[in-house]
Amino acid sequence: MPNWVRACDANEVEVEDLVRFDHGDRTFAVYRSPDDGYFCTDGLCTHEQVHLADGLVMDYEIECPKHNATFDYRTGEARRAPACVNLATYPVKIENGSVWIEI
Amino acid sequence: MPKDGYRDYSLTGPNAKASLLGNAAWYASPAPRKRIKELTKRSDRLALINYGTWLGLVVATGALLAAVWGTAWAWPAALVYGVFYGSGADSRWHETGHGTPFKTRWLNDAFYRLASFMSLRNPHLWRWSHTRHHSETIIVGRDPEIAFPRPPSIRDWALNLLYIPAITKELGKMVRIALGNLTEAEKSFLPESEWPKTFAASRAHLMVLALVGLAAVTIQSWLPLFLIGLPTFYGSWLHHILATTQHAGLAEDVPDHRMNSRTFYLNPFFRFIYSNMNYHIEHHMYPMVPFYNLPALHEEIKADCPPAYGSLLACYREMVPAVMRQQADPNHYVQRPLPAGAGATPAYERPVIAAE
Repeated sequence: MPNWVRACDANEVEVEDLVRFDHGDRTFAVYRSPDDGYFCTDGLCTHEQVHLADGLVMDYEIECPKHNATFDYRTGEARRAPACVNLATYPVKIENGSVWIEI
Repeated sequence: MPKDGYRDYSLTGPNAKASLLGNAAWYASPAPRKRIKELTKRSDRLALINYGTWLGLVVATGALLAAVWGTAWAWPAALVYGVFYGSGADSRWHETGHGTPFKTRWLNDAFYRLASFMSLRNPHLWRWSHTRHHSETIIVGRDPEIAFPRPPSIRDWALNLLYIPAITKELGKMVRIALGNLTEAEKSFLPESEWPKTFAASRAHLMVLALVGLAAVTIQSWLPLFLIGLPTFYGSWLHHILATTQHAGLAEDVPDHRMNSRTFYLNPFFRFIYSNMNYHIEHHMYPMVPFYNLPALHEEIKADCPPAYGSLLACYREMVPAVMRQQADPNHYVQRPLPAGAGATPAYERPVIAAE
């Protein structure tokens, strides 16, 4: 059974930005792309476990605030060293003004 | 082995086994997220103005050197060219290594490859070395870029102000890596997946240098080598004099860049050569911020930081006595004062590692 969890209000995430969402002992990053799409990845950089929520969203990439590794947040693909491992991504849906993620 | 009975700075010694500080533990001066986002934005226009001007100056002064070659004017021309080539490239290697000046990635990457060659640094090895330096800044046994292990060698320090031992070592390293050899210390921070690229880069650098040498032999002139290769040796001194200020004489093993890094004010020309790295606390605290926004970041957080030094000379007035004193007392370091109301340095006690 899919487990959909409400992460935040949709308008809580600015365009070309992200917010952190903690659930249990896990942490996620919820993104809003320049064309108003919503996406979700694991919240920690795969390089040294830094919170991506403090990073920079540029177009469809998130840059880690510590070492400038970048990922495509739509696919989780690691695009720039020192990240070598892709980020996990999660399905997202918008319902009644809220962002839901399937974890 | 510990140097003179003090601490073991090697990346393969007992200190390397100490648990890390952890990224979350590092102090960051508070600033509104909206403002940090503004300062973090990349601009191809601003970066191209700087990098285009720099490259134009390298080409123009190189052409001037070629034009006056064989006359007494060649020496001052080489001095000027060398600074733009060697010192200018070193700071730009650093900036593009962070990937922050340009919004367009291929421009960052292209300048990174160019500046890496001009400063004779292996682009892959140094990218990973510098990543570790940012993770564990001046953490003994973990940071591969501690330039002044205590007690510091005054002789090495003086020679390195002219970049002589460091660059000679870098050249030897290039040959060794081109032959496919990495030290255990290098393997400790360079993932194995990066090794083939690392070897290939050193081979490519050596090949270019060999071609320049061949050109010099063919035309029976030192000019090609004075234009490519040698400027890293005779022109990097200014960068090194500036970069010495970054951490020398300050605290070790403290998760607060306000305590282990220096910010100082500098004239616009030197800031151009040095890519604003005089704002070094700011750079370490917020490494996503491109060099052209560091002065604004400084304004944003300076009330939470030790007062910036007024000049390069002021830094040396503090560093030289501190380093001299560390000869006899390796535990001595400069304790930077925090202004009233500034955030406190996080408490941290390094785990004691049992001797094997």
